Amino acid sequence: MIPRHLQIALAVLLAAALGLSIYAWHVRKTVAATPVAPVDTRPLAPPVTGPTEKVVLYVAQDEDGTLRAQPAQIPMPSGRQQRAEELARALISLYLEKNSPHVIGAGTEVRSVFLVDPGVAVIDMNGAFADSHRSGVLVEELTIASLIHTISANTPNILRVKILIDGKERETLAGHADLSSFYEVAAVDQLASQLQAGQ
Amino acid sequence: MAAGTHRRDRGPGANSSRNDWRSAGATFIALILASAILVSGAPAEKHLSVYSVAANYSVPIVQREGRDYVGLLEVLEPLGRVSGKADGTRWRLRYNNVEANFTAGANHAQVMGRDADLGGKFFLENKRGLVPVGALNSLLPRILGGPVTLHELSDRLFIGSVATHFTASLASDDPPRLLFHFSAPVNPSIANEPGALHMTFRREPLVGPASPTLTFGSKAIPSASYSESNGSAVVTVKTSIPVMASFSNDGRSITVAATPTPQAGSAPIPAPPSPQTAAQNTPAANAAPANVLPAAVPHYFAVVDASHGGDDHGESLSSTLLEKDVTLALARSLRQELQSRGISTVVLRDSDANLPLDQRAIFANADHAAIYIALHAASSGHGVRVFTAMLPFGSDDHGPFRSWTTAQHDWLSPSQSTANAVAGELQKRQLPVKNVAAPLRPLNNITGPAIAVEVAPQGADANQVMAPDYQQLVTSAVATAIASLRDQLTGAQPQP
Repeated sequence: MIPRHLQIALAVLLAAALGLSIYAWHVRKTVAATPVAPVDTRPLAPPVTGPTEKVVLYVAQDEDGTLRAQPAQIPMPSGRQQRAEELARALISLYLEKNSPHVIGAGTEVRSVFLVDPGVAVIDMNGAFADSHRSGVLVEELTIASLIHTISANTPNILRVKILIDGKERETLAGHADLSSFYEVAAVDQLASQLQAGQ
Repeated sequence: MAAGTHRRDRGPGANSSRNDWRSAGATFIALILASAILVSGAPAEKHLSVYSVAANYSVPIVQREGRDYVGLLEVLEPLGRVSGKADGTRWRLRYNNVEANFTAGANHAQVMGRDADLGGKFFLENKRGLVPVGALNSLLPRILGGPVTLHELSDRLFIGSVATHFTASLASDDPPRLLFHFSAPVNPSIANEPGALHMTFRREPLVGPASPTLTFGSKAIPSASYSESNGSAVVTVKTSIPVMASFSNDGRSITVAATPTPQAGSAPIPAPPSPQTAAQNTPAANAAPANVLPAAVPHYFAVVDASHGGDDHGESLSSTLLEKDVTLALARSLRQELQSRGISTVVLRDSDANLPLDQRAIFANADHAAIYIALHAASSGHGVRVFTAMLPFGSDDHGPFRSWTTAQHDWLSPSQSTANAVAGELQKRQLPVKNVAAPLRPLNNITGPAIAVEVAPQGADANQVMAPDYQQLVTSAVATAIASLRDQLTGAQPQP
């Protein structure tokens, strides 16, 4: 025979478990019914302030499949690595604007850019960059060429570039453009020239 | 003594109390865990594949009281006129002229006034009747008036005589070929892994041979086995050599054959580094000589590669149009255009099959094709893009030896000449053309002239890329350009 106080305790616990189950079920339904943003759009780093500098961004144009050099005045820190990061962020910000000439997915962020001597740059983008990128050979190529060429043209002595997604290697950007290897900056520069010439 | 008695009385009571509390605590934890399991995600969804003369389809399987159940309306809807009417705990089903009555919680039903054992409770949920999957074997023949075969363990239901049978025989060539013949056209997903090739039949009512394992007495292809699970049939071919599957006879035949190997005196084929061997091999051992002449006589002049396929859909050009389907149609159109100009052509992926990028390159390299053409389709932009390889940094390049990722290096010049000719021919047909390099695999792995062609619509309607007229306009231009370069491509040589 279970003592009365234990019976009461067990009944209370059962009631609590039932209550928690109902509450958890309710929370789950509420979460399912609440529309959530498709990606985390919170910025990863605070905006850089300070003196601005004139740089050239190489901006992809979906309309005619070209790259166009576009001067921009952006705050530039003194460190070489931070400068490369700001260049990438400035380009991505431009693509995220409402009337962007080259649409990329909302929530795209540059996590960081690492410069490793001799001459290696590693661009680490967040998952939204690849997950929400449009698929296609040219459209993916334009993004990559514009990103690499913007950084290398404004940051001397970069010879090779690797693009990571969330810190990890990925096969392709969105099914086409190869991300598994290092990009040779000389080859990207040549491609950028072709794309600027509208070939 | 009294104190001792008191202690004795109290001791067991305290232990019992502690045990009770432990039991209560364990019960509480178990309840919390059960609740967590309850509210956490459901297990992976199961489906029942249904094959009939009218349609092949699948219906979701749900779990009730630990058993598999299906909605009877969902099973019958594709087969004929069906309706269900709930009245309290009773549910009346009408299929064409057959009437069946069910009662929630009952193990039996009445079909045309006759008792039918369901082998489990009937559930009535949201005015829809759920019956155990196992009950379909006895219930459906009475409702449909014809034979039904249920493969309950693999969730496959055959209504009528719809089964597709197959035979497998080994052709004693060197290396051997395994020939599958099917009683109806099939289109399985094909996946390769070291030592085995898997053909998965999801939509086909394939049934196995008398013995699930077929042995062939060959070292290269020792056996094939048949299995079923989760609504699919799978034929697995065991191999000790790299193999490929090709379709013929309108999808009624599949040939599993060794991936072609280089002929005597030809250049060794650069092979992709495997994770297992990469650590053991030196970079030079993994590399391939780039300036050795390939075999003079190619098997096919042109290898046309329909990009993507199987699980890799490529771009979704519209809600109903996948890039893998467009590239397959383009590849077949290009093959026709090339063959009409007397150019022997093979399409690498002539079905909706998975084909890894490395294997595409290995096939093209082994065949020493005079030209490799990869086909892509896109919804963004306008017109046609012609690409040559943009080579990555070749970390394993050593002198004349090239790494797998830069195998195209010495062939860039003839590749670019071909791309220029194709672009020129497209321009003649008033098509907007872009001709650039691209970081696109497997172009960089091909040891021969190689280009990729991406077809986008001329206007805003992405569906234009599937229009036969537009496809022919593009493929005839590509074929004309290739035909004009026939002599140059036949004698093309690597240029280090």
